[in-house]
Amino acid sequence: MADQITLQVARYRPEEEAEPTFQEYDVPCPKDWVVLDGLNYVKDRLDGTLSYRWSCRMGICGSCGMTVNGEPKLTCATFLSDYAPGPVRVEPLRNFPVIRDLVVEIGDFMRKLSTVKPWIIRKDHKPLSDGEYLQTPQEMEEYQQFSMCINCMLCYAACPIYGLDQEFIGPAAIALAQRYNLDSRDEGARERLEVLSQHEGIWGCTFVGECTEVCPKDVDPAGAIQRYKLTAALDSLQAFLVPWSAR
Amino acid sequence: MSERPAPTEYHPRWFRPRVSTYWWLERRSYLVFILRELSSVFVAWSVVYLLLLVRAVSQGDSRYEQFLAWSDSPVVLVINIVSLCFVVLHAITWFNLAPQAMVVRVLGKRVPGRWIMASNYVAWALSSALVVWLVLGA
Repeated sequence: MADQITLQVARYRPEEEAEPTFQEYDVPCPKDWVVLDGLNYVKDRLDGTLSYRWSCRMGICGSCGMTVNGEPKLTCATFLSDYAPGPVRVEPLRNFPVIRDLVVEIGDFMRKLSTVKPWIIRKDHKPLSDGEYLQTPQEMEEYQQFSMCINCMLCYAACPIYGLDQEFIGPAAIALAQRYNLDSRDEGARERLEVLSQHEGIWGCTFVGECTEVCPKDVDPAGAIQRYKLTAALDSLQAFLVPWSAR
Repeated sequence: MSERPAPTEYHPRWFRPRVSTYWWLERRSYLVFILRELSSVFVAWSVVYLLLLVRAVSQGDSRYEQFLAWSDSPVVLVINIVSLCFVVLHAITWFNLAPQAMVVRVLGKRVPGRWIMASNYVAWALSSALVVWLVLGA
């Protein structure tokens, strides 16, 4: 195995350049090094001006999502040796504005995420003295898959619909809405439905399915969206057939 | 849905990459998706063709013979062969996606996705066998 590998890193310095360029760096390529290790080597030893986000290095924080050889990846979970003999092209996540080098602007996602109220909503809270809200393992299984989302935004980078229409609320926000809708302790499905049943919500999705393919935590946002479409359609049908039913 | 993000004092100039017109050629999965969407046109054509067939049958032998002669023309033949390919693609791609959209429970346990997929193919095979029996056997 080669002991060095070339990283072709996208650089964008807004004060100097109108659009990104590529800069090459040769970094060591031990078997246990991930792309993020390569970038850290560049930052520490070769070029301290390189900007990128990272934090936990263990696939939990969701900060280090980038485009590696054209694919959205968590760079802390993408081994350099898998790309030997290289080169490895590292670019910012697609479909987001680039602030600098590999750092993208994530405000759009953060705003959309809050609109679906990704927290447990209850009409009445029972007193603490009554203890926890208990759940059966089966009730937990209903939403557990969707609760694994780490907001890494790889799904947004893979979604061509979001790339073409930035109004689309996007895969992770819908998957997280579904995570709470399916939670037996939650009573906020109606509030979320008002946001998600809009055109820019679930109906914007045309089921490309790439969000699920690239998800590093097997969340299956595409599945969540299709299931939500069924819920919204049944809700509309019920409202049409039984207009006096409680909404 | 949300306000479009805007640059701030500290991040004065963002680079907004443009999505290529040919984005659907960038990945195989995007191409399959576009072909799947396109297949709807051919599914619609298949329905129209079937309705034309039913109408011709209902209007007597001579109209039916005319319809068969028209169907035998090279243009209609090519359209129907292409349509068949797209309808098969349509069926396969949607059958394969069905488990993601359907959550089926039997006796409280979730039915595995491959069973849902397989049940679609079995239903397809049975209905095709029925059609073959009706056309050839009856």
